[in-house]
Amino acid sequence: MDLILFLAFALIAVVAAINVVVQRHPISSAISLVGVMGSLAVLYLLLGAEFIAAAQVIVYAGAIMVLFVFVIMLLNAGGEARAGRSFVASLLGVPALVALLALLAFFTARLFPSDAEVHFGGFKGGTPEAIGRALFTTYLLPFEITSILVLIAIVGAVVLARKELE
Amino acid sequence: MMGHIPLSWFLMLSAVLFTLGVAGFIFRRNIITMFMSIELILNGVNLSFITFAYQRHQVAGQLMVFFVMVVAAAEAAVGLAIILTVFKNRGTLNIDDLNSMKD
Repeated sequence: MDLILFLAFALIAVVAAINVVVQRHPISSAISLVGVMGSLAVLYLLLGAEFIAAAQVIVYAGAIMVLFVFVIMLLNAGGEARAGRSFVASLLGVPALVALLALLAFFTARLFPSDAEVHFGGFKGGTPEAIGRALFTTYLLPFEITSILVLIAIVGAVVLARKELE
Repeated sequence: MMGHIPLSWFLMLSAVLFTLGVAGFIFRRNIITMFMSIELILNGVNLSFITFAYQRHQVAGQLMVFFVMVVAAAEAAVGLAIILTVFKNRGTLNIDDLNSMKD
């Protein structure tokens, strides 16, 4: 059952990710990206990260992608022109990417032999309680720093958007 | 119990998502699509963080993902505001046309 769930949602994630890259219209890419994020949330649940799975759906698939779709609508962005890929990227891009993937796969296979296995319920440390406890004790300083970062982002976005409105 | 998943499959999926994100970033010329490719890269890395959190039985990896999400949200807000301003000033979303620093 775990294996079937993993295979189904991993397939959805990969197909949607390919769709993000190959679609010509930005709105199609955005909808495919929502598919990637939703299926990744299911995989997070399989790995015992309940809180992160919920945050993935709410923050990523909800807030961030709505922002993307809003901007695409606002700019009335059309399809991309076909020509205009740089020479170096078209010549070296695919071999470099295949090499990157092969390198990652090689090290994954070498460093993590297949005796380590995942099954649902194998790790129960991802509850909101556990996350909150660690967040407000061990990781309190990074947490406070992110609040300042978000404040800076709000001010920056407002300043840039006000310039846009005038 | 049957149906256990090898841990490395999650890492493979993470590597595939990361590579597809890099491919989108290199090959696409639309600035919004490139931005979405960055989100795809972040999601691929997040999956490996969660996998390691499962393997080590520690919650620290999940907290790292939490922080990545916060930074990604801040980045998306500022980045999209910058894209709006660029489009207003230059009237294009193609990054090949945004080359005035080269001249």
